[in-house]
Amino acid sequence: MTMHFNDETFRGDYTYHNSPEAIRRFPFPFDQDSYMYSVNIEQHPGGPKGTPFEFKFDVDEHYVAEMKDREITLAEDPLRCQSLPHMELAGWDLLELIMVSKARDYPDLFTLHRDGNDWHWINKPLGIEKKFTFLDPTTLPCGPMEYITRQTQGDFALLHERDGNLWMDAGMVTSQADWSLDFDVGMNFFEWHAPVPKARKMGVFDKALKFLLAVGQGQHYRRLNWTMTVNPRLDTSPENYHKWGPEKRTITPENVGQKQFLRVELQTFFRLPRSNALAFPIRCYLANLEDLAIVPKWGRRLHRVLRDIDPDLADYKGFAVNQETIVTYLSQFDDGAPTSPGIFPDA
Amino acid sequence: MKLALKVTEVETLSPLVKRFRFEDPTGAELPVFSGGAHITVEMPEGDIIRRNSYSLISDPYDGSAYEIAVRREDQGRGGSLYMHTKVSEGDEITVSTPSNLFQLDLRARKHVLIGGGIGITPFLSQLKQLDMEQKPYELHYAARTRDEAAGLKLLPEAAHIHVHISDEGARMDIGAILDGQPLGTHVYTCGPEGLIEAVADQAARLNWPETAVHSEAFTAPPPGEPFDVVVKSTGQSITVKADQSLLEALEEAKVKVEYSCRGGACGRCQTKVTTCDGRILHNDHWLSEDERGAQQDIMPCMSRFKGTRLELDL
Ligand code: FES
Repeated sequence: MTMHFNDETFRGDYTYHNSPEAIRRFPFPFDQDSYMYSVNIEQHPGGPKGTPFEFKFDVDEHYVAEMKDREITLAEDPLRCQSLPHMELAGWDLLELIMVSKARDYPDLFTLHRDGNDWHWINKPLGIEKKFTFLDPTTLPCGPMEYITRQTQGDFALLHERDGNLWMDAGMVTSQADWSLDFDVGMNFFEWHAPVPKARKMGVFDKALKFLLAVGQGQHYRRLNWTMTVNPRLDTSPENYHKWGPEKRTITPENVGQKQFLRVELQTFFRLPRSNALAFPIRCYLANLEDLAIVPKWGRRLHRVLRDIDPDLADYKGFAVNQETIVTYLSQFDDGAPTSPGIFPDA
Repeated sequence: MKLALKVTEVETLSPLVKRFRFEDPTGAELPVFSGGAHITVEMPEGDIIRRNSYSLISDPYDGSAYEIAVRREDQGRGGSLYMHTKVSEGDEITVSTPSNLFQLDLRARKHVLIGGGIGITPFLSQLKQLDMEQKPYELHYAARTRDEAAGLKLLPEAAHIHVHISDEGARMDIGAILDGQPLGTHVYTCGPEGLIEAVADQAARLNWPETAVHSEAFTAPPPGEPFDVVVKSTGQSITVKADQSLLEALEEAKVKVEYSCRGGACGRCQTKVTTCDGRILHNDHWLSEDERGAQQDIMPCMSRFKGTRLELDL
């Protein structure tokens, strides 16, 4: 398998784009024609070949460009990567998990040779070759979590378990939908989720926390979350709201199909072996309405979901101001025909 | 997730305690783990599979084998007797992947580990982890007699490892151990209920923050009087035998219940009670006082029932 990596940007001229294959494998998050917040957890990995669910860590055509974008964000704001001292072991656990998985799942792109604690890592797409000693931080240019997450798509939170709760004590956050590592580091599970409307009342988080605490080694899970973003911007952090917030106002009936993106988060959970911490990678996928509507089922369904959504959720998901324009645009793809169950395109 | 392993060593450590070593039959690496983790061991007997959880005592970063130490409980549900009488070198054995309900808080400036009797087991992997992480700690191991102190054979000799044998007049003085520890020290206790309480009391008296006091919550399910349980969805009535846990009886009847620790500590098996004419004997460490009183939830891995009708939402 050879993979082609796009030359594209997630800011400025926004040249981000999806190939026809990338559109077809997009993790469309709605399995029915309506949406309500739920915990919707499934085992991971596992899913049809070629989908983003097939491997533990999905690598796609946006890999190289996303890593460049992360570099830019980190150079402007180094606090997007933080790790409290007791989380270094969890960082090594994460590095091992990612290197072993990627080398196994993408042998053409990544190689890992291990001889005891002497490791040799080759990352071809990014042109990195490194010999280092596992568990010895002096042999890497930065901490283990930072090292591996500069080479892995998605944001990462490492959660420390104590006192019956989970605490976000380390993370790499440069492509996050509207939350801030600097603000949330050291917070527990409930404090961190406090802004989601209705969910607290439904007891969703109590259940989710109980579930997460019981996640054992070797059992991995995922869930999909989504929001809407104007322009294919990865860094929609609160710190930079002044840069991306005003872009919401640029939507017109003429450009909505191209400028309005559905932003899907593939959230996964892994119990890490040595530290017993939980790794919480959050991978972001972006596709604009025009591209999504190429799949007839998705065009119909997205129209229905966004038309009928609870107004509070439309607000929370960040598209209330443009909802009418979006729904009007999408209505041209909805002929009223029934849709098949599940998230995948019809064959 | 399950691992099919092979018993490669069985060693008698004391008249009551045996050590078992399990390896992958093909020599493959086993998942490494964190100090304080346990595995659940399957013990098939006829149609039924008994499952007990045991702390891992081997080196957490060494994937070549898992080791456990099992104390024979003649009054128990038979799990430990099975390990002592039916398991020998060369046998196949199925275990779960490790999970940890008693992990070290790596933020601590110093760790004080206090083990009583067979309660020494989770500390054996923890102290290997602490050595590797080069974290300051001290360990105290209390036993009644030297003969009973099976852990002696498994403990390294070191200045920060202290053994207290009460029959030799060397009773453990918890106050003296906790007093004067540096700020930011965490204490961990595993052993009889009385020891756990004594350490918690002493720590409270010395104004230690509650979050710095840890104890190993899971124990084996206690046997008790037989009782009947009704499964709501099918109306099926199942008898829970004296030496069986409710979870085991449900499993035997092919009723699916989620579980992880099987020791009342992880919360995974929590089940709604739809009718309760009688009293639930809550033996778990999961439900709150209020939840216990309400009698609307039960942890089938540990808890039992006394009364006329118990119906579960299964
Ligand atoms: S299985 Fe863990 S509490 Fe019952």
